[in-house]
Amino acid sequence: MVAKRIIPCLDVNEGRTVKGINFVSLRDVGDPVELGAHYAREGADELVYLDISATHEGRHTFTKLVERIASHINIPFTVGGGISTMEDAERLLDAGADKISVNSAAIANPAIIDQLASRYGCQFVVSAIDAKLTEGGRWLATTHGGRRLTDKELFAWAHEVQERGAGEILLTSMEHDGVRQGYPCDLFAELCSQLSIPVIASGGAGSIQDIADVLTKGQADAALAASIFHYGTYKISEVKKALAEQGINVRI
Amino acid sequence: MIAIIDYKMGNLRSVKNALYKLGAEYTVTDDPAAIIAADKVLLPGVGYAGQAMANLSERGLMEVIRGLRQPVLGICIGMQVLCRYSEEGDTPCLDVFDTDVRLFKAQEGLKVPHMGWNSISNLDSKLFKGVDEGSYVYFVHSYRPGLCQDTIATSNHGSLFSAALKYENFYGTQFHPEKSGDVGEKILSNFLAL
Repeated sequence: MVAKRIIPCLDVNEGRTVKGINFVSLRDVGDPVELGAHYAREGADELVYLDISATHEGRHTFTKLVERIASHINIPFTVGGGISTMEDAERLLDAGADKISVNSAAIANPAIIDQLASRYGCQFVVSAIDAKLTEGGRWLATTHGGRRLTDKELFAWAHEVQERGAGEILLTSMEHDGVRQGYPCDLFAELCSQLSIPVIASGGAGSIQDIADVLTKGQADAALAASIFHYGTYKISEVKKALAEQGINVRI
Repeated sequence: MIAIIDYKMGNLRSVKNALYKLGAEYTVTDDPAAIIAADKVLLPGVGYAGQAMANLSERGLMEVIRGLRQPVLGICIGMQVLCRYSEEGDTPCLDVFDTDVRLFKAQEGLKVPHMGWNSISNLDSKLFKGVDEGSYVYFVHSYRPGLCQDTIATSNHGSLFSAALKYENFYGTQFHPEKSGDVGEKILSNFLAL
């Protein structure tokens, strides 16, 4: 049985790790390579590095940093933020990234998923979706850190990226991100039951039980969290031990 | 000297980084003479089996690889092309390992690609010296080699498949030792010590 994955997410700005509450208030929490290596030693299954400044400031992603990460870390890592062209993706692949996540670029040009998947394989393509619950109860995909609503209904869009060749979906609920009150498990359960590709649950972990819930009730394949790890609320080893005690299959 | 075969099937950086960390000298090449002269040969790769075989064929490497007598390690697609046949693109392969590579069968609740950490069991090779039964390693694939007499490790995703194979001097891992943390480093270092 494939293990449920615990993935710390490192938001990177100007080469330094930060984490914002709802993506707005940023706070510097360290060197991305040091922090990533620390998490890997603690038992992180993968790492995600997001260049959070890239999308709305048009900043180029962080190739040099990715090279350093690749040479120091022996577990898989995904990079995202501001990837809008095949050239961006190729540059990050060459720098050593195992996967890239695309979000706004895929909304603007869905065919980029087909192109990335056919050139580099679906395992390379993570489709990140930032979803927001709108009036009337519809979940819509957003861009620009949740500030812009799109016309893409979450479930239809998730099916579309799967058909186009995305290897995984990284779903963040903008309602829950950064507030540490738990993941929306019903939403994840519905999405996971509809899709055949793995779903990573992101945004909202405040406790170990929140993570346990999204992996069981929410049926997610992996849980991504930032604050609870960056601020030392829990160690990854501690989280995995607690999950194992609840009978959840994790790599220890 | 370790030869890493470069046949344009994905990024080689993680394999290079892993060898560098282990202190191994390596060269990245598609030159038959350099490959034949190497102490050990790595055949990595990510992508489609049909493309992998076409790329090996274009470079005149099919017979070169089959004829190697030093330890050879195929990783992921590099292992699959050492099998008899791959269902992916209906591709005849190098026929070193005595098994075929087939798509994971659709089953309720079974995610394909098989992506993430899974445990390996029935470890039966020097490649796994010091590696515990049930250790977790990192997989990313949609097609998998079946069980056969060459199987030296199994894993389970819906059903059992070969996580690693060995025939004479040829080794293959379906998983990525270069991405499998400390366990993966141990396996690579065991290969380097063969």
